Amino acid sequence: MQPFKCNPAYVDHSNRQQHSVSRAARISFQRASFLAAFFIITWFGAAIGFAASPQLSPVIQGVPLAFPHDFGAHPDFRNEWWYATGWLETPEKKSLGFQVTFFRVATQHDRSNPSRFAPQQLIIAHAALSDPAAGKLLHDQKSAREGFGLAYTKEGNTNVKLNDWYFVREENGRYETSITADNFMLQLSLIPTQAPMLQDLNGFSRKGPRPEQASYYYSEPQLQVTGTVTRDGKEIAVNGIAWLDHEWSTAYLDPAAEGWDWVGANLDDGSSLMAFRIRSKDGSKVWAYAGIRDPSGRFTKFEPEQVTFEPQRNWRSPRTNATYPVEMRIRTGSTEWLLTPLQDDQELDSRQSTGSVYWEGAVTITRDGKPAGRGYYEMTGYVEPLTL
Amino acid sequence: MTKSPNKGTLSRWLLSGEWQSHRVQAAVAVIAIALGVALGFAIHLINAAAFSEFSAAARSLSGQSDLEVRSPQATFDESIYPVLVQRDNVELANPVLELDVAIPGSSQERKDGTLKILGLDIFRASLMAPDLIGIPGEDKLFDILADDAIFLSPAAMEWLGVKQGDPLPLRVGTQTITLRIAGSLTRARTGQRIGVMDIGAAQWRFRRIGQLSRIELKLAPGIDRVAFKTALEQQLEPRGQYQITETADQETRVANMSRAYRVNLNMLAMVALFTGTFLVFSTQALSVVRRRHQFALLRVLGLTRRQLLTQVLFEGGALGAVGSLAGLALGYATAATALHYFGGDLGGGFFTGVKPTVYFDPLAAAVFFILGLGITLLGSAAPAWEAATAKPAQALKSGSEDIALSKLATPWPGLLCLASGALFTQLPPIFDLPVFGYLAVAQLLTGGIVLMPRFAALVFSAVSSAVGNRTSGTAGATPALTTLALARLANAPNQAAIALGGVLASFTLMVAMAIMVASFRVSVDDWLKHILPADIYLRTAMSGDTRGLTPDEIKALAAIPGIARADFFRSSKLTLDPGRPSIALIARPIDMTDPGNTLPMTGEAIAPALLPKDAIPIWVSEAMVDLYGYTPGKQVTLPIANPAPGFVIAGVWRDYGRQFGAVQMQLADYQRLTGDRLVNDAALWLENGITPEQVIASMRRLPFGDALEFSEPGQIRALSLNIFDRSFAVTYLLEGVAVIIGLLGVAASFSAQAFARTKEFGMLRHIGMTRRQILGMLAVEGCLLTALGAVLGFVLGWCISLILVFIVNPQSFHWTMQLSLPWKGLLGVALVLMASAAMTALASGRHAVSGNAIRAVREDW
Repeated sequence: MQPFKCNPAYVDHSNRQQHSVSRAARISFQRASFLAAFFIITWFGAAIGFAASPQLSPVIQGVPLAFPHDFGAHPDFRNEWWYATGWLETPEKKSLGFQVTFFRVATQHDRSNPSRFAPQQLIIAHAALSDPAAGKLLHDQKSAREGFGLAYTKEGNTNVKLNDWYFVREENGRYETSITADNFMLQLSLIPTQAPMLQDLNGFSRKGPRPEQASYYYSEPQLQVTGTVTRDGKEIAVNGIAWLDHEWSTAYLDPAAEGWDWVGANLDDGSSLMAFRIRSKDGSKVWAYAGIRDPSGRFTKFEPEQVTFEPQRNWRSPRTNATYPVEMRIRTGSTEWLLTPLQDDQELDSRQSTGSVYWEGAVTITRDGKPAGRGYYEMTGYVEPLTL
Repeated sequence: MTKSPNKGTLSRWLLSGEWQSHRVQAAVAVIAIALGVALGFAIHLINAAAFSEFSAAARSLSGQSDLEVRSPQATFDESIYPVLVQRDNVELANPVLELDVAIPGSSQERKDGTLKILGLDIFRASLMAPDLIGIPGEDKLFDILADDAIFLSPAAMEWLGVKQGDPLPLRVGTQTITLRIAGSLTRARTGQRIGVMDIGAAQWRFRRIGQLSRIELKLAPGIDRVAFKTALEQQLEPRGQYQITETADQETRVANMSRAYRVNLNMLAMVALFTGTFLVFSTQALSVVRRRHQFALLRVLGLTRRQLLTQVLFEGGALGAVGSLAGLALGYATAATALHYFGGDLGGGFFTGVKPTVYFDPLAAAVFFILGLGITLLGSAAPAWEAATAKPAQALKSGSEDIALSKLATPWPGLLCLASGALFTQLPPIFDLPVFGYLAVAQLLTGGIVLMPRFAALVFSAVSSAVGNRTSGTAGATPALTTLALARLANAPNQAAIALGGVLASFTLMVAMAIMVASFRVSVDDWLKHILPADIYLRTAMSGDTRGLTPDEIKALAAIPGIARADFFRSSKLTLDPGRPSIALIARPIDMTDPGNTLPMTGEAIAPALLPKDAIPIWVSEAMVDLYGYTPGKQVTLPIANPAPGFVIAGVWRDYGRQFGAVQMQLADYQRLTGDRLVNDAALWLENGITPEQVIASMRRLPFGDALEFSEPGQIRALSLNIFDRSFAVTYLLEGVAVIIGLLGVAASFSAQAFARTKEFGMLRHIGMTRRQILGMLAVEGCLLTALGAVLGFVLGWCISLILVFIVNPQSFHWTMQLSLPWKGLLGVALVLMASAAMTALASGRHAVSGNAIRAVREDW
């Protein structure tokens, strides 16, 4: 459920904000980066191309998810992502956070173009490593058009690849991923211990008050991780626990939305919690949701009015001047959760390369004051639009 | 002279005294040097600017790639792309489809009616060449990947007169497709006319599905480029013919493309400078002669030889320095103006689509300054030596002037020059350049000028005695003026010869160039007549990579009533050597019984009956023989299919259109080997009684009729000759400058002589001649001198034109031509030259005879 990685200005439809979009886009162009512009396109292409997408499928309530087919790609929908986050532990018992994300975006390019280069599907990948010793995130990203077997998202089962980065689900359900980033490498196996967790209404995840503002969304929580992390040429064996989201949709955000707070946490007792809220520009709640599944598989769903997010402590980014509520209290019904970051600075400032800034980091979580587990927490829309 | 005034003061004093009294001559010498230096410097700056801009533009298209994989053909199958992307040590592989696409209806208005369009994968190109990424409109970021969008450089927008949001029609085959101008390439180089679009869209829209022009490779850091290249060559060899080139190869290619043209222009500039040297020489020589008494007196008063030598050289050097500096300034201004108004190729057509700007090159400026100064000093050296070595006692006597110059009359150096020149004509080119050809020209010119005094003496003595003999028979029949002029020229030939040097040099070169250009033009005209035998020619666009008529369209065209015969042509490009510009491959029906009926053969051919039975014949242009060693009878392969089919070279034909080489083959062979069924052009012969208009009207009614361009042979010929003339425009300009310098030489030497001969004129006045008569005598002298110069210039020019036609042209441009002499033009120029020389002589003499006759004679003490 992490679609909105970027400044909310980009997804806004008001005139003022549209202006900011193009201005920001222009600035990033001037910074000599196509990727910048591209990142914006892929994230917000849906918003931009919203009116003219007759050939793409809508998200409809009541269509049951079917596995293993739905592990694979859904190219008829505009956006899709596989989003793995988790905690790793080194042999020295040091904690690291990691994020591996693959996005697929369907473009407006004419489907009758027979060229193998025709950019009908774009693949973008994003990887980050959070190490308190480094004091900030290490991150890298790639983007490509689908084709030539160099970059693809396959149907039928999870199988996505972008050059030498890949994320594959094997027949036994185990995920393998390999990421060779600029300044680190990840080789991880993610082994499921539970069945997929269908979010909201059997995998139909509402994102706003309107019926079309929705996605298909399931998670694979409680994934056991083994593998290696390579930094500075040194390979370290790691193990840990991870969370995978797979989500696809065609239209989603409410025009009033400004940003997004999301958390997915693997609780120590084997339960799983996912909660998010969509903030409007005036600070009010556009939508919210929480779902908890206990180890026995019992699923509890919370409606928007039952979920509240209350910032506890702010951290100000020295790079972007944005203020993030890095400690957050979440109430789901009568339960109170508190998120505490692995490190404050888990901001992903990629304005120089991608034009987007957000906070995506490892957190520990308490339930009603008692340590309950570990998860990943995401905040978008906290940076003001770039102004000249 | 221990208590002599400061030497510097003396030096300055002598110099200023001389220059103040002979301002015109000093000015003329300075102007001559300045013009020579200016011309050379301007041409260098223009060439350098055009070349560097063209290379930079070419480089900007390939970004920061280390290597490029191309094919001998314009495009190749994309299947090796994923192989290269995934190959070890390749950090980034960037696929590019680059096409020159015709703009509909443009051939009339625009010289080069094609737009270079790059199809790019933006995700890879943004890393390889970020400057080529278009900027879409506000809230239309997806246009970067759109199937109908194109981004144009500002220069392309200006050239096409379009702006963001406009439709852009482009010609693909007989169809017109319309793209949307989605934005601009703001970081394209100034003047660079390019468009960029998505590679998938480009493959689709331009019907190049599965085809790439090149794949640019960026290697991982620390990878040895040469070793990688060798390994990759081996890896790709079984997959087909690929060429792996470095950026340096590309520059070599650009350099090769225009080198002959640039070198030839530079040679012409050198000629102007060379002519200037003679002018300085004549100015200095005459000035020294005139001041023999002065110098002798100074020597008697104690000035050493060395000081005198230094003084004369210093005078020459000062002229040279001033002239060179003025020349640099003038050259820079000329280059800037020419680049602004005519572009970098001065009409040569080598550097289209770029807008070079001139920049001051200090090194070149230094070289040209030194060159200007150096040759001035060289020109002053002989007179300075004469002045320094003259015996003062002798020099003080009157009438010693011509003796002073008699050393110049030794025939040996001149003969040596001529002999070595003749020898040089036999030597081969160096680095594809006719270095020895140019040296031979220089030697002939020098030899001719050096021999001039002796020759002038011989001719004028002979004429004088002949006239004298006749005069004794029929008294008073010849005017005294002519006799006097002849006597003067016959008996003081050295001064006359000096005056003649400039005229001879410039007229010789003028004649040589005129004969060469005329020969070339006549040859081209004959060639055009030969290659355009049909009644109508038809094509979809003048040039570009997206031309082509499909088999159905060919059928429809051939079925039009009234057509007796229709020949279809397919032309494409082949790169046989990555370091050279690509050659043209033309497939067409060729008359096997006598290929000479189809092609303008040079005579080197193998009779069709003698060809090996199963061999596929090809006919090559002369450039192919020179550049690739494609001699008749040789077996070669051409990479038009995989594996490359073998051919036998059946003959050589003349091609003035493509100096980098062209190959012709039977259309049927080509289609069988390549499977390419498209054609570019058609030649149509009409049935008797059918007019071209009727056929054109019927063809226009075809569904694709609007896309066809028709031309008749006459129009093509006129257009071709027009282009020919335009590309020689700069040559005409240079010739003009050389002639002006020559005339300045006449003016300088006559005015110098006129002053030197004040005593003579005074004497003539005393014996009863009127001023008018003296002036008439001067005019006759000028005329006779120029006539001799013209005759000699013609002979020498003719010799040099032989070198240009038969050595320099074939070696630089790889084509031969027949010799034609433009008699009328040459005669006209000779007459104009004689008239202007007479006028110049008159004008220069007027001042000398205006003085008091008695005072003039009294100087002779």
